[in-house]
Amino acid sequence: MAKILMKGNDAVIRGAVLSGCRMYFGYPITPASEIAEAAANYIPKVGGTFLQAESEVAAINMVYGAASGGMRVMTASSSPGISLKQEGVSYAAGAELPCVIVDIMRGGPGLGNIAPEQGDYNQIVKGGGHGNYKCPVLAPNSGQEMCDLTRMAFDIAEKYRTPVYVLADGYTGQMMEPVEFGEPLTKFPRQDWAVYGDAVSKHNLISSIYLDPEELEEHNLKLQKKYQEIEKNELRYEEFMLDDTDYVVMGFGIVSRILKTVVEKLREDGMKIGLLRPITLFPFPKGKIADLSERVKKFLVVEMNNGQMVDDVRLAVMGKCPVEFYGRMGGVVPSMTELYEKAKQLADSTN
Amino acid sequence: MASKVLQKANSFYDQYFRNPSADKKMPHYCPGCGHGNVHKFIAEALDDFEVADKTIFISPVGCSVFAYYYFDTGNIQAAHGRAPAVATGIKRAHPHSIVISYQGDGDLAAIGTAEILHAANRGENITVFFINNAIYGMTGGQMAPTTLIEQRTTTSPRGRNPHNEGYPVKVAELISQLQAPVYVERVALFDNKQRAKARIAVRKAIKNQVENLGFSLVEILSPCPSGWKMDPVDSMKWIRDVMLPQFPLGVYKDLTKEVKPYEVPEFAPSAKEIKELIDIVPDSNKKFKKSKVIEKYINPEIKVAGFGGQGVLLLGAALAQAGMLEDYHVSWLPSYGPEMRGGTANCHVNVRNIPVGSPVVSNPTVLIALNRPSLEKFEQDVEKDGLIIFDSSLIDLDVKRKDVEALPLPATQLADKLGNTRTANMITLAAYAAYTGLFSKETLYETLKTAIKRRVLIDINKKAIDVGYEFGLTHRKN
Ligand SMILES: Cc1ncc(C[n+]2csc(CCOP(=O)(O)OP(=O)(O)O)c2C)c(N)n1
Ligand code: SF4
Repeated sequence: MAKILMKGNDAVIRGAVLSGCRMYFGYPITPASEIAEAAANYIPKVGGTFLQAESEVAAINMVYGAASGGMRVMTASSSPGISLKQEGVSYAAGAELPCVIVDIMRGGPGLGNIAPEQGDYNQIVKGGGHGNYKCPVLAPNSGQEMCDLTRMAFDIAEKYRTPVYVLADGYTGQMMEPVEFGEPLTKFPRQDWAVYGDAVSKHNLISSIYLDPEELEEHNLKLQKKYQEIEKNELRYEEFMLDDTDYVVMGFGIVSRILKTVVEKLREDGMKIGLLRPITLFPFPKGKIADLSERVKKFLVVEMNNGQMVDDVRLAVMGKCPVEFYGRMGGVVPSMTELYEKAKQLADSTN
Repeated sequence: MASKVLQKANSFYDQYFRNPSADKKMPHYCPGCGHGNVHKFIAEALDDFEVADKTIFISPVGCSVFAYYYFDTGNIQAAHGRAPAVATGIKRAHPHSIVISYQGDGDLAAIGTAEILHAANRGENITVFFINNAIYGMTGGQMAPTTLIEQRTTTSPRGRNPHNEGYPVKVAELISQLQAPVYVERVALFDNKQRAKARIAVRKAIKNQVENLGFSLVEILSPCPSGWKMDPVDSMKWIRDVMLPQFPLGVYKDLTKEVKPYEVPEFAPSAKEIKELIDIVPDSNKKFKKSKVIEKYINPEIKVAGFGGQGVLLLGAALAQAGMLEDYHVSWLPSYGPEMRGGTANCHVNVRNIPVGSPVVSNPTVLIALNRPSLEKFEQDVEKDGLIIFDSSLIDLDVKRKDVEALPLPATQLADKLGNTRTANMITLAAYAAYTGLFSKETLYETLKTAIKRRVLIDINKKAIDVGYEFGLTHRKN
């Protein structure tokens, strides 16, 4: 099928509908409102439900309800709204409910601004709400991935019975790029754990309560095992010019796009530099980073935040080589030239 | 007593197998607690209407958190206060089901005020049972939003003081003020007569949903002997003598005779229909050969800037669209939000032979400036040997830099001559395409199909492309 030029935020809803999502609950917030607007336009057209909730708290709990019914369901928001949803996400993780949450990050803390930041990394990748849970996190960097990874998020959510995040920034949401679409899913298998309002499913209980500490520990162990499975099966990353490289730059989302151009330019200059872009932030490419740290001279991690993913990189590198960090905050997007200079300096300071 | 009562209805489990306690027949509530009574009324009603199989019961956070021990229905346990939102989600997922949201006063009237108000206001086709016991039972007797003035609780040890804690929240009164709810009643559990009334109200509230009439809420003044530190008998008296004057009983709203039943149409489109419905069938499947681009203009990184109303974003999007039609890798990134509020807009466009790395164009090789502030602001950012095209009919200024190429284009003047000022952006697009050889005229015509949503405007914009293209060709230097 030919491609269509489309905004990332619009591509999210196309991906969702194609994957069989027929329910959307959300609350407007810039720069994620276009997702709600696209959902309001398209989801009812294909026979689904769009509802603007009274708050992000209500929205995520509506998601919890619909997910309990075995439906493919989603919500989207931006950083302050995601903070509000965390209680509900913790409940969904505890009750093992599949759902998809899209976070189009903006500047923080507090009301901050609506410019593209990546300050939610810790909030999203490390759990976010209370308790011992994690959610798979997919970090698109293009219009095509906004569609494809949203679609994939529904599959992962259902396969492992877990909330899944799509974590993007204002730029990836606002950007228009050509997007190619696959075939829609039209058959939805019954989930044997879900509550359908019929005799077959009426013995099912959706709950996150385990009063007895030992039982709750057992439940938690089960969750941890699930996370290990996810780490084993769902890791995704992009490698660019890493084979012979001396230096590795890392970034996710929009930053990775800028870094790719930087790597191209520095390669033209003769520098042996490559890009490692995590596509999934949980699971994180720990093994790949550890392998690289055995043979490269240095890492540079670039984020539009105060240095959050870099902690995970350092954990994986385990001191085998230096890891530098360069960050911009407040919604300042680093320029190509800025990052070019930064990356170039990697060579100056090593030997 | 409660255990015997609970066993009667079929909609209860015979054995409370989910209850971890050794006795699988005993409920977990305290002796004399009102929750058991209300559970029984609900179960009996589900029996009577034969709807237990399709019922989904939402347990709240509060003493009734374990209501799912008892009801032989589908069960969902919700976060504190969120039961009406969860109920909304599951009811919308399965409109045929009977969804019961069961909540205490802390749950519904404190932490969950927004959720209940809006579920009621949307007229969700659900049934809400609201247990008003004027206290937080589960957490050990703290003040509730419904705690009475001067009532002592562990967090109002000197009695509720209206100057500090405000007055009891009257839920039935509040909810009945909304337009959508069809049935709101307050009942009490203090004697047989009142319990009989309560049973009827519970039944009616469920029947309303069976008949798809809409949102029903029954508030039940209910004893909590443990929280009140009273015996069950005194608790009954306290409801009658102390609670009742503050919480008058009765039907607050009943539209059940007037409203029409809800209907939820079902629609499951085919794969082909879905693709059409969500607009992912391209406007055209035509492919266009890449035009012969003058060497120095290959792989442009473009910034388009101007006033909000000049069609700046559209011009940029059309560039990207044309690029896509000629099989280039393209990206388009707008300025958004408050940046746009000052009335200026700009966007970044890449048209590349290889995949676009950064979509951000900080140092454009091509600047298209449609107004003076844009030229002033971005001129200095343009790459050496870059190209600046500007609307010379609006900008009485020349490009200052000597190391870039400038193409003054009287776009607005040309557009006015055509009879539509708003076509200046398409004239500019075409002039740029022709001047650099980036796109053919045919590609630009095709681009209009996507760029111009109003069909009646296509012809005039086609003319604009002719005019602009002509201008670009005649001004070519290379
Ligand atoms: C977010 C959150 N805050 C606080 C609590 C603690 N909590 C549990 S039950 C409850 C009050 C319950 O009172 P009510 O709703 O009146 O029900 P009752 O126990 O009286 O039946 C509170 C505050 C919680 N579980 N979750
Ligand atoms: S504390 Fe009160 S509400 Fe809770 S079970 Fe005991 S009597 Fe019932």
